[in-house]
Amino acid sequence: MTPHILTRSLDRAAATFILVVATLGVLIPLSNLLLPQGSALHVPTYLVALWGKYVCYAILALSIDLIWGYCGILSLGHGAFFALGGYAMGMYLMRQIGSRGVYGNPVLPDFMVFLNWSKLPWYWYGFDHFAFAALMVLLVPGLLAFCFGWLAFRSRVTGVYLSIITQAMTYALLLAFFRNDFGFGGNNGLTDFKDILGFNVQAEGTRCALFLLSCLALIIAFMMCRAVVSSKLGKVLIAVRDAESRTRFLGYRVESYKLFVFTLSACMAGVAGALYVPQVGIINPSEFAPGNSIEAVIWVAVGGRGTLVGAALGAVVVNYAKTFFTSGPLAPYWLFMLGALFILVTLLLPKGIVGTFNSWRENQRSTGIAADEASAAREDGVRAPKMAE
Amino acid sequence: MNVMDTRATSAMLYLDGVHVSFDGFHAINNLSLTLAPGEMRAIIGPNGAGKTTMMDIITGKTRPDQGTVLFDGTVDLTRLDETRIAELGIGRKFQKPTVFESQTVQDNLLLALNVDHSVRGTLFWRGSKAESERIDKVLETIRLTDARNRLAGSLSHGQKQWLEIGMLLAQDPKVLLVDEPVAGMTDVETHLTAELLKQINKNHTIMVVEHDMTFVRELGVKVTCLHEGSVLAEGSIDQVSSNERVVEVYLGR
Amino acid sequence: MFANCLDRLRALLLSVLLLSCFALPALAGPFEDSVAKFANDEFSDTEAAIGEVASSGNPLASPIISALQDGRLSADPDSKKVFITKTDGSIIDAATGAAVDKLPDNAAAVRLNNRLRRTVEAALGGLTLLSPDPAKRLAAAQSVFKSHEESLLPTVDNALAKETVKSIKQAFAEARAAIILFKSDATDSDKLDAIAVVKSRGDQEALALLSDLGTDQPPLVAKAAASAISSIQSNLAMWSMVQNAWYGLSLGSVLLLAAIGLAITFGVMGVINMAHGEMVMLGAYTTFVVQEVIRARYPGLFDYSLLIAVPLAFVVAGAVGVVIERTIIRFLYGRPLETLLATWGLSLVLQQAVRTLFGPTNREVGNPSWMSGAFDLGQITITYNRLWILCFTLAVFAILLAMLRYTALGLEMRAVTQNRRMAASMGIATSRVDALTFGLGSGIAGIAGVALSQIDNVSPNLGQSYIIDSFMVVVFGGVGNLWGTLVGAFTLGIANKFLEPVAGAVLGKIAILVLIILFIQKRPRGLFALKGRAVEA
Repeated sequence: MTPHILTRSLDRAAATFILVVATLGVLIPLSNLLLPQGSALHVPTYLVALWGKYVCYAILALSIDLIWGYCGILSLGHGAFFALGGYAMGMYLMRQIGSRGVYGNPVLPDFMVFLNWSKLPWYWYGFDHFAFAALMVLLVPGLLAFCFGWLAFRSRVTGVYLSIITQAMTYALLLAFFRNDFGFGGNNGLTDFKDILGFNVQAEGTRCALFLLSCLALIIAFMMCRAVVSSKLGKVLIAVRDAESRTRFLGYRVESYKLFVFTLSACMAGVAGALYVPQVGIINPSEFAPGNSIEAVIWVAVGGRGTLVGAALGAVVVNYAKTFFTSGPLAPYWLFMLGALFILVTLLLPKGIVGTFNSWRENQRSTGIAADEASAAREDGVRAPKMAE
Repeated sequence: MNVMDTRATSAMLYLDGVHVSFDGFHAINNLSLTLAPGEMRAIIGPNGAGKTTMMDIITGKTRPDQGTVLFDGTVDLTRLDETRIAELGIGRKFQKPTVFESQTVQDNLLLALNVDHSVRGTLFWRGSKAESERIDKVLETIRLTDARNRLAGSLSHGQKQWLEIGMLLAQDPKVLLVDEPVAGMTDVETHLTAELLKQINKNHTIMVVEHDMTFVRELGVKVTCLHEGSVLAEGSIDQVSSNERVVEVYLGR
Repeated sequence: MFANCLDRLRALLLSVLLLSCFALPALAGPFEDSVAKFANDEFSDTEAAIGEVASSGNPLASPIISALQDGRLSADPDSKKVFITKTDGSIIDAATGAAVDKLPDNAAAVRLNNRLRRTVEAALGGLTLLSPDPAKRLAAAQSVFKSHEESLLPTVDNALAKETVKSIKQAFAEARAAIILFKSDATDSDKLDAIAVVKSRGDQEALALLSDLGTDQPPLVAKAAASAISSIQSNLAMWSMVQNAWYGLSLGSVLLLAAIGLAITFGVMGVINMAHGEMVMLGAYTTFVVQEVIRARYPGLFDYSLLIAVPLAFVVAGAVGVVIERTIIRFLYGRPLETLLATWGLSLVLQQAVRTLFGPTNREVGNPSWMSGAFDLGQITITYNRLWILCFTLAVFAILLAMLRYTALGLEMRAVTQNRRMAASMGIATSRVDALTFGLGSGIAGIAGVALSQIDNVSPNLGQSYIIDSFMVVVFGGVGNLWGTLVGAFTLGIANKFLEPVAGAVLGKIAILVLIILFIQKRPRGLFALKGRAVEA
């Protein structure tokens, strides 16, 4: 029997992960909507939104892990794809405000009225339709990644060079989006959203639905990543990561592979951004700041690169810590902690939490068992071609 | 001119008047070399003679400044990139064994198989009986059947060399470029490697770069000695090793 | 009824009394009369007053008119008295020159409109054309050039004849040409001569003057004027190119200064140091601390503060660099992406540490006297601090190059760069060389901080703004090649400044980033790339 592309990719850890996310995705909204305010198990709405944010970050982390963990492409500009997805969604939400804005203009968003613009710029056309905006959420980051990647990978820009030019890319976008005449609200970005698909963005029910959707998106993104990395393409990606030029000499068009995952990853980041915006209620140019992209990379490093589950876990853990520390008296020390995290993880925990746990478990298991059997049962779940019929 | 043309069309690999320089250093200097189909050729030469650079040129990693490099009589290799050249059927084993260390032995071979190498092909790959049989066969040839599920990184140095040769076999190219296959091997392993190469030579054209004279002698094939980027001597191992200039170059007299 | 009449009488008496008070100074002489006109708050009276005062020959005339120009001339509409507030704050009566304690409560500054302003300038020009102070004469000539007041022609002729200083004589000639150009009864040939003089002046004001000439000129004059205008325009365009080039050189020197240290750590060692910008910041804060100490203890040494700060900044940043290399980076050799992340974390820590120690706001770092001010070169102005930074940068570059070439450490560094294992087996302590190389790169970043503190805000974010630019310079120039860094920095600096006027500052910067990204496609290893088999290693 030939294992199907999706089912083949599910091992126990992956199944557990999906189960946990699905359970949270259902339980948290239920508790928010059904349980009374006073109940100990009631999750307040602000927490639903907060956790929704974490889930979006987890999707972003997955997208980074896919290219960094499996293909060795360290993008320091993935925040740009996230933000572009966010802006696409933000533009839809802005158009939904209609005449309820401060200036009451039925077509132009407030900031355009403020800038004395007489008509909507052409690139805002179509964003009053959700379907169009949703398409753009995928298309804009995907297209940018495709063009950027096509140029970069074709000329064999690799390693730190690639990291630096991705950083320059997001920096250039940061500067551009800060400009008022760029038409995306300048410094203030897009905010004051009213409703999404006719539902009030602030309402509890909408928040819960968005949270559920985010969890669903995380599960889909995860399954897609699993499918990719456990296919033969995943093996090629790892080959590219470990010995790029060797892979080329075997007759693989390395740049096509890189371009494929890079674009896929950018689309995922875009979706994460699109789900993020209605939940936090604002998107502004600071999302393009190079620091944000690097921070997202450290989530992956903390959780464990090349493990997918770890990336998502790392995003949640680091951001939870960030929320915890920056809201307390320890706030001035958060940057020290974040900085130390970067240093300590790279020095002492290069495999991250999940990666370290996996190798520990492997060691436990391989005591008494022949070494080759242990590696066959690796977490990756890579099947031998012999299993194929 | 006519003679040249016939040489060019009948040869598997044909290099003529090739020059390469890096920042003024002439790595390859008017190099001309022909490899007939089915031939095994040993290339010797001191360090810096241009052996590896020659392989870089043939496999498309380095572009020559001038000169002709033809494959299979007609294909101009100087215009193609590594991937295309590999697809045409030129396989290469590196000086330093380069296998995919974090993947299993059989995955290494699976990656090397000359099947559909497109993104789409690998994403929806399902494996086939023919493929797994070929891998089994290669594993047997390179004596790594028992290690098939081990990570390539955990193999011994000699085993890695063999795995890389095995990857070449799985790739099934028309021409194999083998760079120092026995470096760091024990005498027994060296002997086995020579046997292996001779066996492969039955249906492949091979170019071997090697320092180990015992090994070259054991191969018993035509030898080309490179020096300062061009051919110094060509012939049987005995002819070449008795050539005065070769001795001079090697012993530095 | 009667009482009413008495009231009226009283009012009449009072007004007569008041009037006589007013009339008193007026009676004193025509100068005082003229001055009093300033108090009427009528533009026509003010204009008349300017003319009369200027032509009075009274020594107070010049102070009055310059006070009027600066808004320091005030008048009391009730008493019709006019006062000058001197630049030192003291007040005198404009008509008599007598000191006054304070301005009357209802005194207000004499107002001017644009037409009057020109009259004022012209009057001042005429007044000071014959001043014994050469600087004042020059200023007067310039102001006449602008106003081309016809009535001043005899004065200008007079001054031109007497003038001995060459540059001022030239200015008078230009002023005269300007007057003649606009004089309705001047002959065509006089006007053509005038145009030639104005054209040879060739600056923005000459252009403005000729453009003002209008179209109702004789054809010959109009043609000459048009050709003079186009010639001046191309001349000005040339100067604006020179100006852009200078700004570009200046920006390039800043980029080079920030990137040199990076060229060493990234180029020579292959280490990505994202905390490089923070080394620059440490240098800038060292300068701040040095200046604080000097201000508090040895104010006389302030002009030497930068000279003291340079070695200190080198030591501080260099020491921090060595510590970083020993504690973090040496564990990460061969893992460039991890180094990148760890040093980014480090940059967060350093920024936050400085923020905790010195506060999040900008700190004041002063310019020593020899770094403030500017001078003119042709049509452009060059500030001393930019010029010094350019010289300083080139000096640092030269010293570094010499160091790499001629010192033992330089030799060892090059050896380790080229072949680490060989160098180690030759007895070079590679780990010591690594630490020193990293320290050197960081130290140079510290020195850069001293220079940058002179032109940029000293804040914890100082380094952030340079890191991407510096990387771009190193990548663009070609890694591992100091000359490439030099060429890269100046190319990017000049390209940036030439794009700025066309595209605006932000778009210009974006364009540069995009161009670099495209450039890297073409030459992935930079302008001056290393070639050969070593590249892959």
